[in-house]
Amino acid sequence: MTFSWSYFIGLFPQLIKYIPLTLIMAVVAMLISVVLGGLLTLVQLYAARPFQLLVKLYVSFFRGIPTLVLLFIVYYGLPEISPVFKGVSALTAAIAGLGVKESAYLIEIFRAGIASVDQGQIEAGEALNFSFVRIFTSIVLPQAALNALPATGNTFVSLLKETSLAFALGVTEIFADGKLLASASLRFFEVYVAVGLIYWVMIIIYTWLQKRVEERLSRPYRRVVADAINSSEQSSSAV
Amino acid sequence: MPLIQVNNLAVQFSKRKVLKNINLTVEEGSVTAIVGPSGSGKTTLLRTLNLLQTPSEGSVEVAGVQVEANKLNKAVTRQIRAQSTMVFQQFNLFKNLTALENVMSPLIYNKVATFDEAKAQALKVLRDFDLEKIADQYPVTLSGGQQQRVSIARAIVSKPKVVLFDEPTSALDPEMVSGVLNAIAKLAKQHITMVIVTHEIEFARQIADQAIFVEDGEILAQGPANEILSSTGSGRIADFVNSLENRGQPETANVVEGHTPTNQHRFKVISNRQSVATGIQANQ
Ligand SMILES: Nc1ncnc2c1ncn2[C@@H]1O[C@H](COP(=O)(O)OP(=O)(O)OP(=O)(O)O)[C@@H](O)[C@H]1O
Ligand SMILES: [Mg+2]
Repeated sequence: MTFSWSYFIGLFPQLIKYIPLTLIMAVVAMLISVVLGGLLTLVQLYAARPFQLLVKLYVSFFRGIPTLVLLFIVYYGLPEISPVFKGVSALTAAIAGLGVKESAYLIEIFRAGIASVDQGQIEAGEALNFSFVRIFTSIVLPQAALNALPATGNTFVSLLKETSLAFALGVTEIFADGKLLASASLRFFEVYVAVGLIYWVMIIIYTWLQKRVEERLSRPYRRVVADAINSSEQSSSAV
Repeated sequence: MPLIQVNNLAVQFSKRKVLKNINLTVEEGSVTAIVGPSGSGKTTLLRTLNLLQTPSEGSVEVAGVQVEANKLNKAVTRQIRAQSTMVFQQFNLFKNLTALENVMSPLIYNKVATFDEAKAQALKVLRDFDLEKIADQYPVTLSGGQQQRVSIARAIVSKPKVVLFDEPTSALDPEMVSGVLNAIAKLAKQHITMVIVTHEIEFARQIADQAIFVEDGEILAQGPANEILSSTGSGRIADFVNSLENRGQPETANVVEGHTPTNQHRFKVISNRQSVATGIQANQ
């Protein structure tokens, strides 16, 4: 069987219909993981010791188990434990599972981001009699967020790819649709290459966007810009 | 009237006492210089004055707010800090804020002024220090000297009763030192109470009313600056003062005296505040 370009190209209109679902899954899971990860980071940094240890355990556990196993625990396992989980749809279970899993990675990233803000600035805030909350929200957090942005973005990239695991719970997203198409036509190569390409392009676009955002946000911290300002000042004052 | 009073203060890190039996008084409107060898406890002493460092024994009183070593709490800590601010060796400007925003921050974050008032006051202080041109630049884009002058502006904008300086010029390139010392001398002229840890001995002699010599965590001598910091005579302190002078700080002498010193009268002493002020005006 040779590669059929016409079949291959004809797949895209069908497959891209599922891009919105994939994006929604990734974005909602990301939101969950940022909120959860952020709160647990605060617990790990500032709460009492037993709570800190619980967060450590959380991080260790969710980093330690395969994503697919986690999704199965959430979707098939939890309803056995409590009827509360019985009505949970496959889509919700997938999003929740992915969100919880990535939050474990984000805790480490956020912690490093906060640690990267030098103690001197915190002491300056204390010496100026700022409250703890003020120092955290106005000085530490803006800088920590910027420092954590590249790694957080990478987390989103993994999340985007991992949404494909939702097919295993019966969610019809790009990959699941690909599987249906492939089993109908038996042209596995064309279908899966097309599916792969769609993920790749989404990630290229996302990565490009993230670079732009990073550049814009980190402008104040870069010397290059100042040099440009200074040299333009010098040349204008020389006139 | 004493503005700061320290009684029997001690500071301990794990088992080691790095400050012991510290007693000192700082008069309102005066300048106190703290000198001493590296590791003697100068920074620790200064940090204890605004409770960035927790004392293990004794008491600290600033502008009528008294706190005892074992009775520290958040409320009294903030009351003490409301009276004083600190200028650090490494400037410690907030990197996410522009120079202007840094100077506005104490007024806004402590809710003592509206945004517009804060901006007006901050701009005025920046202008006083000849910094209005860089008001909208971020700290990384400033030279060390500019950063330190912004940090001094940030410290005084809310008119604290006391400003604490920890080696404000030690992290600077030599050519930046004079601008910062000039800014500090300007504050002395306004009779702002200051405590300055410094190795700029010539500057200290000229600006300080009182000097404190610290060694091994204890105050070895305390008295009028021109006596304590005298390089003549013998003994531990004179030796130390001489060792600093031999290192040479022509920039200091230059600022404060207002002329380029020659080798002969490079360390000519101007001992009262008035002549410091005149010297600075002459320099401008
Ligand atoms: N956080 C700390 N933990 C343990 N020991 C400390 C701490 N801070 C300072 N020390 C010790 O306390 C002593 C006094 O330090 P301090 O920084 O006050 O000295 P200093 O007089 O300011 O020195 P320098 O002139 O080098 O700045 C030193 O022996 C130092 O090692
Ligand atoms: Mg020190």
